[in-house]
Amino acid sequence: MSRLDFDVAHLLAGTLVLISFLQLYQDRLYALLNVYAAHALTLAASVAWQAFVQDAPHLYLTAAIALVFKAIVIPVALHRIIVKLGIHREIENVVGVGPAMLAGMGLVALSMVVMLRVTHDADPLAREDLAFALSVVLLGLLMMVTRRNAVGQVVGFMSLENGLVLAATGAKGMPLVVEISIAFSILIAFIVIGIFLFRIRERFDTVDVQALDRFRGERR
Amino acid sequence: MSFDGLTGILVVPAIAAALLAVLPGYRLTARLNVLATTLTLLCALSLFFGRPPPGNYLLVDDLNGTFVVLTTFVGFTTSVFSSSYIGHELEIGRLTPPFVRFYHAMYQVLMFAMNLALVANNIGLMWVAIEMATLTTVLMVGIYRTHEALEAAWKYFILGSVGIALALFGTILVYMAARPVIGEGLGAMVWTVLVTRAGSFDPALLDLAFVFLLLGYGTKVGLAPLHAWLPDAHAEGPTPISAVLSGLLLNVALYALLRFKILLAANAAALAPGPLMVTLGLLSLVFAAFMLYRRRDIKRLFAYSSIEHMGIITFAFGMGGPLANFAGLLHMTMHSLTKSAIFFAVGHVAQVKGTQRIADMGGLTETHPLLGWGLILGVVAIAGLPPLGIFTSEFLVVSSTFARQPWLALILVFGLVVGLAGLFLRLNSIAFGEPRGPSAKAKASYVPMFAHLGLVLTAGIYMPPALVAWFQNVAGLLG
Repeated sequence: MSRLDFDVAHLLAGTLVLISFLQLYQDRLYALLNVYAAHALTLAASVAWQAFVQDAPHLYLTAAIALVFKAIVIPVALHRIIVKLGIHREIENVVGVGPAMLAGMGLVALSMVVMLRVTHDADPLAREDLAFALSVVLLGLLMMVTRRNAVGQVVGFMSLENGLVLAATGAKGMPLVVEISIAFSILIAFIVIGIFLFRIRERFDTVDVQALDRFRGERR
Repeated sequence: MSFDGLTGILVVPAIAAALLAVLPGYRLTARLNVLATTLTLLCALSLFFGRPPPGNYLLVDDLNGTFVVLTTFVGFTTSVFSSSYIGHELEIGRLTPPFVRFYHAMYQVLMFAMNLALVANNIGLMWVAIEMATLTTVLMVGIYRTHEALEAAWKYFILGSVGIALALFGTILVYMAARPVIGEGLGAMVWTVLVTRAGSFDPALLDLAFVFLLLGYGTKVGLAPLHAWLPDAHAEGPTPISAVLSGLLLNVALYALLRFKILLAANAAALAPGPLMVTLGLLSLVFAAFMLYRRRDIKRLFAYSSIEHMGIITFAFGMGGPLANFAGLLHMTMHSLTKSAIFFAVGHVAQVKGTQRIADMGGLTETHPLLGWGLILGVVAIAGLPPLGIFTSEFLVVSSTFARQPWLALILVFGLVVGLAGLFLRLNSIAFGEPRGPSAKAKASYVPMFAHLGLVLTAGIYMPPALVAWFQNVAGLLG
């Protein structure tokens, strides 16, 4: 593997982690969606580069799915939902920006320590890719717990899935079945989420998940 | 490909799902649903007599054969219960005909996904199937569209997806560990190939993979502290779904964990998965046992009891060895049968009383003797009193633990006793005392409930030697 191959892959995966951080502190839904689109775009570039480097044409399909579906269709659709529901106000974060960023840095450090230590035999590209991927996954998780708004949580979940795609494509020669399944599951997940958002709106006049908490079965 | 039992358990639910999605009429579709599950059960039973050789995607061996038969059997009895339950829901207008159609189609999709997860020989395919089962149950939990149902479904969806995502990361790590040994491509995800070569995998990667898989699939098993979705999902969905969730889906997730446990056991340098499972199992058991005390909702009560029992089963498999594995398998089977029987009873009880609040029901043995005593028998069974089947399996778990780790056995017994007391405290106010709530006659189907309880009672008194030999054989496979 040439030096350039490695550097570009590294750059793209690193950018993905960086954009995950950007998502953490967005406090407006539109901005959050735009950053998510950038996230998906970077993912598409990264996957395409992997396809080129590994000489694995089927990965271009995954890249195309990431580009068309995640970077364009989903953000646009969510944009419309937000307009339709009239919830383009500020996102209430459960945790402040400072603590969230610190926690994020801690998680990235954790994933570096964990992954780089256990994968010393693997080839360096796969190894660092995996470390970055774990960072993106953990940052996605962090985002899901720091958001109260259902749309914010969904975006967190989708960026988590992006991390998984990064890991799957970094693992050289992983059978196609998994990539397609990821794309497919996101599709299904999105439909489910869409239904949920509309239903939540129908019943509560808000997509603030906190409103749901009031209806917990145990507090009657 | 010729038609065999393996094809049958996948194709029948798939076709039935497609048919049920378009056919109108409650009576017809409910019958078709029962017919489909009957056929699936027959196909599953035929696997005992002949099974296809393992391929790159599908596999039937003694281990998953046992799970498949259990799944299809409970799937069948639940569909019988479901037809009378859904009929009542339709009558009182809680569900409308389009939703019933959706419900039936989803029921079959769920059966398909669970069977696929069980017979998958490919760890990627197994993941896809479990994800599919999760999504279908999310949709079914939210089917009533009440505040509570939506919250439960949302919570289940978010927690389930996070669990599933972690499991996928673990699956990718397993592939990474296998790739240098087996080579790139499909082979490195085929379980039968993996397990024969696992000895030369990188142990550090396998360890990390197992931690992710345990957290991921453990969420679906409902192990504490990852259980938060479980009580809500059980309480707010239709009761047949609670029965299938508790009786089957938790088992399927546990089965996935067991497959990876075998993989780790085949590598001498990898960490022993046992202690992790033992810890989580005991934690779930003790935690859920205490949670039983303050429950006000009858379905939540039994949901926590499911967490308790999944804890015991995980504990038993974590201990390992022929005896503990045998006990774990037996306990899993008995728990599936008993818990689904209890949910059959609870479903009808909630329907005749018009509420799930324990405070609003009472004196059930007077107003509805058959339901009341059925429920009592079920709770006696689930609490682990002799002579029912769960007593046998719990006794085996406890005695095998005492022989090896007396301290762990003490915690185990403590949890069991706390749980037993909690269940009876609640049962007392449901079944006895001043009759409360409406006492209209129940239009219930008692057959599935008493069939399950009869099986549990029989197993507690007399286990056929053939069954014992079969379980011993499977326990040996688990290592």
